[in-house]
Formats: sequence, structure tokens, C-alpha cells
Amino acid sequence: MNKIWLVMQREYLARVKKKSFLLATLLTPLIFPAIMAIFVWIAVEEKDNQSLRIIEVVDENKLFFLESSEQYAFSFSDRSDEEAKDLVKNGDRYGFLHIPKFDLENPKGITFFGEENPNMNLMSYLESSLKKKIEDQRLYESGIDPQLISDIRTKVDIKSITVNEQGEEKVSNATVNYAIGFVAGILIYMFIFIYGNQIMQGVIEEKSSRIVEILVSSLKPFQLMMGKIVGIAGVGLTQLLIWIVLVGGLTTLVTGYLGMQMPQQQAMEMAQVGMEQIPDSGVSEILQVINGIDFVTLVLCFVFYFLGGYLLYGALFAGIGSAVDAPSDAQQFMLPVTIPLIVSYMGLFVFVLQDPNSTTSFWLSVVPLTSPIAMMGRVSFGVPFWELALSMILLILGFLGTTWLAGKIYRIGILMHGTKPSYKTLWKWIKTNN
Amino acid sequence: MLETQKLNKSYGSNRALTDVDLKVSKGVIFGLLGPNGAGKSTLIRIINQIIDADSGQVLIDGKPLEPHHISQIGYLPEERGLYKKMKVWDQMIYFARLKGLSQHDAKTRIKNWLDKMDMSTWREKKIEDLSKGMAQKVQFISTIIHNPPLLILDEPFSGFDPVNAEIIKDQILELKKQGTTVILSTHRMESVELLCDQVAMINKSHKILDGTIRQVKNSFRPEVFHVTVENPVKEIPAEWIAKEDEGAYHFTLPLSGKRPNELLEELMDYGQISRFQEVIPSMEEIFIHQVKSTHDE
Repeated sequence: MNKIWLVMQREYLARVKKKSFLLATLLTPLIFPAIMAIFVWIAVEEKDNQSLRIIEVVDENKLFFLESSEQYAFSFSDRSDEEAKDLVKNGDRYGFLHIPKFDLENPKGITFFGEENPNMNLMSYLESSLKKKIEDQRLYESGIDPQLISDIRTKVDIKSITVNEQGEEKVSNATVNYAIGFVAGILIYMFIFIYGNQIMQGVIEEKSSRIVEILVSSLKPFQLMMGKIVGIAGVGLTQLLIWIVLVGGLTTLVTGYLGMQMPQQQAMEMAQVGMEQIPDSGVSEILQVINGIDFVTLVLCFVFYFLGGYLLYGALFAGIGSAVDAPSDAQQFMLPVTIPLIVSYMGLFVFVLQDPNSTTSFWLSVVPLTSPIAMMGRVSFGVPFWELALSMILLILGFLGTTWLAGKIYRIGILMHGTKPSYKTLWKWIKTNN
Repeated sequence: MLETQKLNKSYGSNRALTDVDLKVSKGVIFGLLGPNGAGKSTLIRIINQIIDADSGQVLIDGKPLEPHHISQIGYLPEERGLYKKMKVWDQMIYFARLKGLSQHDAKTRIKNWLDKMDMSTWREKKIEDLSKGMAQKVQFISTIIHNPPLLILDEPFSGFDPVNAEIIKDQILELKKQGTTVILSTHRMESVELLCDQVAMINKSHKILDGTIRQVKNSFRPEVFHVTVENPVKEIPAEWIAKEDEGAYHFTLPLSGKRPNELLEELMDYGQISRFQEVIPSMEEIFIHQVKSTHDE
């Protein structure tokens, strides 16, 4: 045990002390707030520097009125096309909107002239304003008061509440659950791949630089393998922890600071975008949903599957590393590791998040090779206790199984040089006793 | 100190060791000889508990080998390496602690060794920044840092320049003086004759000879003498003469059942005997002869 601890310490410190670790750990979480900050900053800057843009409107129908905003002002006139275009050319006007006389049932020929391509915002504003005006006008003509329509317009929200066996009710929301499952699944997937590879590289390094012969004269190969796997898990957890703290802290900081600076309109737009992503639910309801999620279970499950999945695959990565002399030789053995990982990753999107309680989702979240990623997609939707227990027990058994298997390959593999093993040789190693 | 009894080990259909019995006395330097692939490394790995024998046992001070014996053995493998990105100091501490030293003991001992070998300035250097010879020294110190009563060195001089090889040789002799038992596996026969008290030779999984250097050499005496006769008074048979040099005749004669004194008396009739010396084979000659003869079988 003491020796596993020593190996763990070395593996941990050797990686955490590296400059590349420090850079990756500090820079990765900075990327998201930084991108956000840059966008908001650009938006704010643009607003500040912009002079009011005046748009000449010639409406031959004498029907439309466009409201001016902070950015755009509309000047109405009966100028001829040529005159208006000249105004645009000599810079007196930003653009010129020409609304020809048309039949309200078939509005055609509305044209915008500008020196530069008009931005999407302006175009959609113009289009929606004109559309609304035309619709209102047609309603009038059919004898309906448009006010009536807007009064009749109703908003329907279906509140989804899950009832569990104890009769407790929880407000739930498919979108929030989807997001949680999505993020958790992807994090575990990435973690297994990135850190599993580190285990493999580490084993190959020790083997190819012949350190291993000295090491195994001091401790059992199994101790060496476990120390390495657990030590690297520590590196991953450290990184994750730092990320959570940094992302959380920085996001709060950036949004808090810029939120105060952001012009009203921009803030409104952003809020609207947020609403569209989570349809039919107000901010208060999201809070209610978040309150309804059992965070303790969620976090415990995440940590369990995060570590369980990593240990299960980590052992396999170590076994593969021990069998080969160089990383390039490892390719041939990667298939049994990458296939279940990719299956669970695809399964997460195609089955689990779409229908968390389907038969496929059940099997994906119970079989040890796929459960770490698949189950995290289900946990936030609520999983029956027995399924969770079964999945966890199987994952522990699976981890013990892969460790046993990898240990058998490892203890022979690390001392083998110059031979390129096949699956057949690996099988022989597994069967050999000592 | 160390004894192996009827050790057997095979890898599939390849036999690596067949009924190997060895006895290494305390405080000697024991040469383990044999061509590549003879089974030396397998034997060493079994003693180091890296692999298990199929049958037979290893005794250390009369007791069967157990995991705790790891701290009693220092092992320098033929295939050896260090963590390239690790600093000299950290690396040595790590190896010392794996051998069971406490943090404190490891620090004081490593400090002493670094001072002794004039290596203190390398402390904070990474292995990849050291020359090969320097790294080998670090490796050697790491091997003996826990003062093991049994030291197993597999080709310790490979990769050393002559100066550093000499330093290592001196260290081995000094350790012997302090009572350390050393098992030395090597191809370099000149270092065997120089350093070893006892030897054993393994070829094709079998132990083919063992004993002290003197015993081994004696058993391979071809009973042949180099003779030089000056100013002969009687004609020397032409078939004897190998070389003539200004009145000095050199030749080699077998005893042919006579005792050395009888042969000498006979020769005295021919003239002045300036040389009468028994041919003693070098370890290298014995080694080559033995490997060849087992190969012919």
C-alpha cells in the first residue's frame, strides 16, 4: 500500500508540476468567459462609437411608419429614386428604403439601397415592422380590430412534475435535464480519453526507457500499475476542480461586470435568446426546476461514474501500453477501447437523451463499458433506484474485471521487448500463471 | 548468503533454466557467466522476485525468498533507464523510498553519495540534460543507496567510458570490503578475472561449471608447458620447435602422463632452460571452449 502511495505521488507530481498542465488548466476555462467577454465588449464598443444612421424612406403607399431607435432614424420623403440614391452616395443617408405602390395582398418590390451590405438586425427589423403593418392593415380592411387579436393571443405552459414512489413531487424540465446529461456525459467521455491516453503514454515511457525493470525489482507490477492509474486520476480531478472554480468564478465576474455596462436593449436581446433555448418557461420556472434537481445525488453519481469509468478504461489503457514498445504500435489494440466509448457517446445523443427510459437506454446505462457515459445522461431525468444500484455494482465488477485482465497482461507485457504481440499472445499472457 | 536449488523455468517450449543449483558465499564477488540467451537474466529475475520459478527454490541466508527480501537486494539490470524529465535528486529519492528507506534516511544517504562522487552540482538537473556516463552513475548510486547486503549487477560496465568504469569497479571492491555480496553478470572476462572470487557458467539453461576462479582454471589445465631452451647442447627434435630466436628455442610440450619435474629433468639434457611454465587458460578461453563444446553436443 505504501508503495502504491509512492508511485501515486510521483505520477501526480510529475504531471501537475509540468508547465503544460498549468497552461492547459488555466487557459482552457478562460476561453469561454474570454469569448463571451470579447463579444459583449465588441457589441458595447460598437454601440458607443456608432453615430446615428439615417435611412431615407420613400413610401408610395403613404401607409407605413417606422419607429426610430438609438441606432437608426427614419426620414420620410417623396424624393425620387435618383435623389435618394444620391443622398446615400454622398453619405448623407445610411440607406434608402423604397416601398413602391403595391397590392396589400401581394406586397412586392420593396427595396433597400445602401453603400454597404445592411446588417441582419436592420433587415429583420424592417421586415417585421412592415409585415406587422401590412397584417394590421389587412385586418382593418376585413373589419377586425388588430387589438382584438393581440388580446386573444394566449400563452400555454405545461408544467412537468415527476412524482416518485414516496409521493414527492418535483418540477422538472426536459431541456435542463438534457443539458445536465449532455455536459456530464461529454465531460466523462473526454476525461476517459485524455487521461486514459496519459496512462498509456506513461506505461510506454517506463517500458521503452527500461525504467520498469528497476521498478519491478522494488514493487509488484500490479502496485506500479495501480499507483499510476490512481495518481493520474488525481491529476484529472485536480484539473476538473480548478476548472469548476475558475469557470464559475470568471463567468460570474464577467457577466456581473458587463451586465452593468450592457445597454438595455442588448440585455433584453440576450435574455430573449435565452428564452428561446428553453422554450415556454420563465426565469422563475427555471429556478424552480433547478431547485427540483437533487444536486447531492447528481454530484455523487457524477463523481462515481467519472471515477468508475476512468478506472475501468484506465486499466485497459495501462494493459495496452504494457503490451507495446511504442505509441504507434498501440493502434491495433485501441479498437476494443474506442468502440465502446464511441458507442456510449453516440448512444448518449441518439437514445439516452432522447428517451432516457427506453430499453436501449436501460442497457446502455447498465453495461459497465457504456454505463459511465450513458447513465449520466439519465441521472438528471430520474432513474429508479434498483437500476442505479445495478449499474453501479456492475461498474465496480467491471472495473475489477478490467483491472484483473490488464494486470495479467501488464505484468508480462512490461518485461517484453522487441516482440509485437497479437491478440493471441495477449490471450496467452492472460492465461499464464506467473 | 544465496542459494538456489533445482531451479526450473521455461517459457512455452523454451527452457530458460534447467535444475540450476548455485551457492554464493557471503562477502564474495560471484561472476555469473554465459552467452546471451543462456538463462542468466531469467535467473536474476527470479532472485529479484520479478518472475517466479516453475519449480525449485531460492534461499537467502537459509530462508526461502520472501517479498521483504526486496529491501536486502540491490539490482542493476542490464536494460536500465531513468525518468528523463525527472531531476536527479527527486529520482534518487523515489528509488530509495521504493526500496523502503524513510524520507529522512533517503535524503541523508543520497546527499552523502552525491558529495562522495562529486555530483552535488547535478542535484537539480534533469536526467535528459546529463551525459550517458553521468546518468549511469546516478543509476549505480540508486542501486546501492539502501545498503543492500546482496548486490546484483547485470553488465554493470556497459555504457561506461574507461574512467567511469574504473570508478564503478573501485566502488564494487569497496562494497565487497564492507561485506556486501555481489553477483556480477558479465561478458567481459577480464573484469571477471580481476574482480570475481567465485564463478558459475550457464549455457543453454544448464549450469555447466562453477567454483572459485582457481578451481575452475585448475580443472581446465591442459597439462601443457611452455619451454624455452637457450644454447642447446643436443639437437632438439624438429617437430617440437615452434620458434627460434637467436639461439633461443621456444616450444610447448604436453606432460603426457609424466610429472612436471620428470619432464623438466628430461629437458635439462638439451641445454640451458630459461623458461618452464605451465599453460593456464584464461577465463575467456575457458568460456569460449565451454560454450563451443556444449554447442557441439
